[in-house]
Amino acid sequence: MSLWTAFKKEWLEQRRTHRLLIAVIVLAAFGMLSPLLAKFMPEIFAMIPGAEQIASIIPAPTVNDAVAQYIKNITQFGVLMALLFCMGAVASEKEKGTAALVLSKPMGRGSFILAKFLAVAATFAVGMAAAALGGYYYSYFLFEPLAWGPYLAMNGLILVYMLFYGSVTLFFSTLTRTQFVAVGGAAAVLIVSGVFGSLPTYGKFSPDTLVNIAAKVALGQPVESWWGLWVGLGLTIAVLTASWLVFRRQEL
Amino acid sequence: MNAIEVQNLHKHFGAVRALNGLNMQVKQGSIYGFLGQNGAGKTTTLRILAGLARADEGMVALNGTREQLQGVPSDHVGYLPEEAAFYEWMTPLEYLNFSGEIFHLDTHTRKTKSLELLEKVGLKEAQKRRIGGFSHGMRQRLGLAQALINEPKVLLLDEPVSALDPAGRKEMLELIQSLSGSATVLMSTHILADVERICDTIGIINAGKMIIEAERGELLDRYAVSALEVDLANGDAARITEMNHAFAQMEGVNSVMNTQNTLHLQVKNPQEAASKAMQVITAAGVQITRLEVVRPSLEDIFIQLTSEGKVQS
Repeated sequence: MSLWTAFKKEWLEQRRTHRLLIAVIVLAAFGMLSPLLAKFMPEIFAMIPGAEQIASIIPAPTVNDAVAQYIKNITQFGVLMALLFCMGAVASEKEKGTAALVLSKPMGRGSFILAKFLAVAATFAVGMAAAALGGYYYSYFLFEPLAWGPYLAMNGLILVYMLFYGSVTLFFSTLTRTQFVAVGGAAAVLIVSGVFGSLPTYGKFSPDTLVNIAAKVALGQPVESWWGLWVGLGLTIAVLTASWLVFRRQEL
Repeated sequence: MNAIEVQNLHKHFGAVRALNGLNMQVKQGSIYGFLGQNGAGKTTTLRILAGLARADEGMVALNGTREQLQGVPSDHVGYLPEEAAFYEWMTPLEYLNFSGEIFHLDTHTRKTKSLELLEKVGLKEAQKRRIGGFSHGMRQRLGLAQALINEPKVLLLDEPVSALDPAGRKEMLELIQSLSGSATVLMSTHILADVERICDTIGIINAGKMIIEAERGELLDRYAVSALEVDLANGDAARITEMNHAFAQMEGVNSVMNTQNTLHLQVKNPQEAASKAMQVITAAGVQITRLEVVRPSLEDIFIQLTSEGKVQS
């Protein structure tokens, strides 16, 4: 009950503060642009003075290039938005005093945190749906139809990847009263996770490998290790639990 | 029966001792004026009672239930902080609806109650405007409305009228006063005239400790004959300053306040002080139109007690 009340408020906030609109526009734009960029990359290089040689060595683009471009663009901008949308979620509420007024009422602190995460998840889910539709349409139009099942699974994996960083940012936002400290902490985790993901033996445990898993799933290639997905999901739950544990001890 | 009972409450912020064994008893249905200088511990006490902070030591009970020690808010408490902060993108109606939903009020009750409260606090016309455009006074009115949404048994108000203009203050005080009997109000404020006007019980806190707690009448009676007032006839500034210094040095004078052409002296023995004061006035060559022993105001008592810092029985 408390969670539903908190979620409704958070979801209204996502709409009123135009975060939902921004997420839909940005993700849909990159969803549509990615197949276009893949298709017309040789022509773009051909038009740049001095880069004509590069255009000549680029092989004819395929639907695989469209998918690769899609994953690269959506994950980059998705993670950036996850950091920006979550950095002030708790920190700015503590700083302004809005959290104190709400939490002086019988609203559970766990509900308060979880509702924020779920609202961001809903925002990104809608944004990803728009991106997926746009990406699918242009891939179909410019290349060939993609298999629906793997394509949807790929988008789901990208969503998990973005929400992992959303939960990490939310955790840092809970720890501090300054949203810039929160985004700094999340950026540090992003770098560490990226470096860890490139290690030969242990890299498969990094949530960053979700991007590679998503690409392989979409292209119907075998996935050697699903560890990135399980670690990403596990860490998201762990980080949210840690946020609640930290927040319930904080004085407002 | 006591609606609020606080026993031996301690709270530290690092090396700062915010509460130092605070005891407080607020009778059910009373309007309790909680007074103290800045940093005395008023806000900390209210935050602990509202479930937003934890005490290091001591006992807190609301409506006979020890439910606040772990920083858990109660269903039966309304709270208005000194700086009520709202979601700027919401309208007052939405905020009250949201607050009512947290208290599990049904849709019809939430709507009726929200409109009724907005009318009471004078925000009905602004019910669909974004809170972001509200003045400080409007936010404080909305703050009181949200604190009343659940018809609380205990209402905790931290400086509820400090940002309001005189007319708004009068309306709000009347609204708070109208709660007498139906709810217990614990109100911290710096405006002593407001406390004198609506509170039936007064508690004065100093350095984290309650130094006096009594019914308003009893408190004023206890300090009934301890002030002198002198109206000055001429305005020779140098002579008046010299006289003020002499008064401040005079034995038995606790404090001297100068308001326009009236001097207000807190004294221990008014008869003795009146005689000595006449000598000082004559020596300074200042003409006066009145010298009178007066009943002290709450302000006199507040200054006297907080400057002495003594625990009164």
